[in-house]
Amino acid sequence: MSSELLIKNGRVIDPANGIDKKCDVLITDGKIADVGKIEKTVQNTIDAAGKLVTPGLIDIHVHFREPGDEEEETIASGSAAAVAAGFTSVVCMPNTNPPIENETDVEYIHRKGRQTRKTHVYTMGAITKRREGVELAEMGFMAEAGAVGFTDDGRGVQDPAVMLRALKYAGMFDVIIAQHCQDDGFAANGVMNAGFHSTVLGLPGIDALAEEAMLWRDIQLIKKANVHYHAQHISTAGSVELIRAAKKDSLPITCEVTPHHLLFTEERCVEYDTNYKVNPPLRTAGDVKALKEAISEGLVDALVTDHAPHLQSEKELEFLTAPFGIASLECALGLYVKALLEPGILDWPGLIKLMTEKPAMIIGVDKGTLGKGKQADVTVIDPNAEYKIDVDKFCSKSRNCPYDGWTVKGKIEKTIVGGEIRFSAGE
Amino acid sequence: MALRRKSKQFRWHRKHLLGVRELSAEEITYILDTAEGFEQVSTRSVKKAPPLRGKVVVNLFFEDSTRTRNSFVLAASRLSADIIEFTKKTSSVSKGETLLDTAKNLEAMGIDIVVIRHSAGGAPKFLSRSVNACVVNAGDGFCEHPTQGLLDVYTIRKIKGTLEGLKIAIVGDIAHSRVARSDMWAMTKLGAEVIFVGPPTLMPAQISRLPVSVSYSLDEVIEKVDVINMLRIQFERLGGNPFPSIREYSHYFGLTIERMKRAKPDILVMHPGPINRGLEIESEVADGEHSVILEQVKNGLAVRMAVLFLVNQAAAQKR
Repeated sequence: MSSELLIKNGRVIDPANGIDKKCDVLITDGKIADVGKIEKTVQNTIDAAGKLVTPGLIDIHVHFREPGDEEEETIASGSAAAVAAGFTSVVCMPNTNPPIENETDVEYIHRKGRQTRKTHVYTMGAITKRREGVELAEMGFMAEAGAVGFTDDGRGVQDPAVMLRALKYAGMFDVIIAQHCQDDGFAANGVMNAGFHSTVLGLPGIDALAEEAMLWRDIQLIKKANVHYHAQHISTAGSVELIRAAKKDSLPITCEVTPHHLLFTEERCVEYDTNYKVNPPLRTAGDVKALKEAISEGLVDALVTDHAPHLQSEKELEFLTAPFGIASLECALGLYVKALLEPGILDWPGLIKLMTEKPAMIIGVDKGTLGKGKQADVTVIDPNAEYKIDVDKFCSKSRNCPYDGWTVKGKIEKTIVGGEIRFSAGE
Repeated sequence: MALRRKSKQFRWHRKHLLGVRELSAEEITYILDTAEGFEQVSTRSVKKAPPLRGKVVVNLFFEDSTRTRNSFVLAASRLSADIIEFTKKTSSVSKGETLLDTAKNLEAMGIDIVVIRHSAGGAPKFLSRSVNACVVNAGDGFCEHPTQGLLDVYTIRKIKGTLEGLKIAIVGDIAHSRVARSDMWAMTKLGAEVIFVGPPTLMPAQISRLPVSVSYSLDEVIEKVDVINMLRIQFERLGGNPFPSIREYSHYFGLTIERMKRAKPDILVMHPGPINRGLEIESEVADGEHSVILEQVKNGLAVRMAVLFLVNQAAAQKR
């Protein structure tokens, strides 16, 4: 017997197929069966009048801390947070403890994700063994096990020769090399943006050059390799310039931006609130403006959270010693609405595209669309519902979220993964 | 002088002293005036006054310090407080108690004032948010060292009468100096002009947004200034190799007898200590007629008494 689910009367936004109209979506046996006016009576019907019906959201940059730091987050708690936020696919970063650096590690993440039965859990693998930036990790085996890309995230690959080797080697496989662009020489032991505020606060700074120097270097390197390069969480106006030029030269490069780099500037650090300690650091108003311009120009390929959960006890430390990171997965959509939709930088189809079709393309998975026959990952959004972000209601284990108490628009109603309703608001 | 008279009606309200940056000129002047009153306590045969009787002051020092720590001990005991000394060399997160836990434990013992020195900028502010006791910053990373800034302007005011219109050079590792920052705030708020002198590699980011001018040439600056404050080269804080050698640094930025010959006849030579003789300052200059280095140490005591007295008073008013 086949199972059916009908989503009626929503505003269906499917950027990959150029659809933005009021219609219905029929799901049969976990696959998209039809999109259009469907005159059929189905027992399982969702009334989506006044709601948006979009491909399941995809976040290609999260930290679920497993294995190693399960007190901060687990694949189970992170996945529950993901579906509550409308994400039907997430990509875990490999900087766990130990890092994800071989096929067994990759399979472990996949197995945990499957067991949780919430969202699709993908992972990237480390570029180098132990993320030390010296020897290449087994990228081939990891790719075969399903790793969707490689990065030493948390750290950039410092040695240019090692990076070039990684880019060339990865060219054998259909995978991306992603980079946390940060030259440790320039960044030193910085904990916030280098500038007036770091000077006055007496905190070591991370110069914008630390990011830009590595991004510039990598752009030169990809000219010598044949691989898709992805710049993670870019944060400076200079990086935007570099991406603009590289794309103009038709280099195989993509990039991503986080909500905090769109919503905050370095001034947030003046009270030494460690919830604003993040890497790359919060930058200047000029940088925020440049990132928003880049998004409106279409230079940015994906919106990601860089969800980085930490324990309260770890964040209740001196700014210098507290760990980097903001936990924002669970309120992501509302943040993008505030940062991009409300100021008119993007419209709904533009926003959804950067959260579905484009990130799916970057990681090379057949997702992010409502095309006929595709796996039925669907998110239903109430675009006008306002709600208050309350960290105490998070499914995530961590509370290091500076958005606590904010009122945002764009509420997740239903999250459907492979045709199954995995999250329903109010349940 | 007008400021001093005005400060008589002024009411101090801060229960923490976290930095000079947040203080107004009026508040700074009020501390200095209060310190003047305490200076004479040290000249009596019984060197004690009663205002902190029954109060507990804890010296929470996470970094090496002799001068500042002893100065606070003496200041607190002259005000009749009980003192706990707590020194801990490392403040690493991974091992041992967190700063917050340490402070909460001390607070459970009923302390009234925490004097904290810590290697992380902002640690005193962080503490002030989490405990009820008064917090006095005795140096945090390279953010501020407010009592040093205050004792420096106290010393200058005492000798020169006013800071208004003075040109003051601060020489050395500006990037890693909390003294330079506290001095800058205190001196400029009281009307002095401050020049930071040192190699570009020891200047912090976006210095152009600070209320100071910058010079890379001590030779150009030496003739113009009324006060020169020589910072200690802090080998423990220098990252990498900001200058090629000590010899070359001394050549360009050391305060030598030769350079002093071109200085104003009434120049004051200051140093927050401890001095590296022959490195940033020649012995003959450190011990010479223009040096007020020991005067600074002496005045530090009066200033710290004033600070402890005032924060305690503000806390009492709030209770």
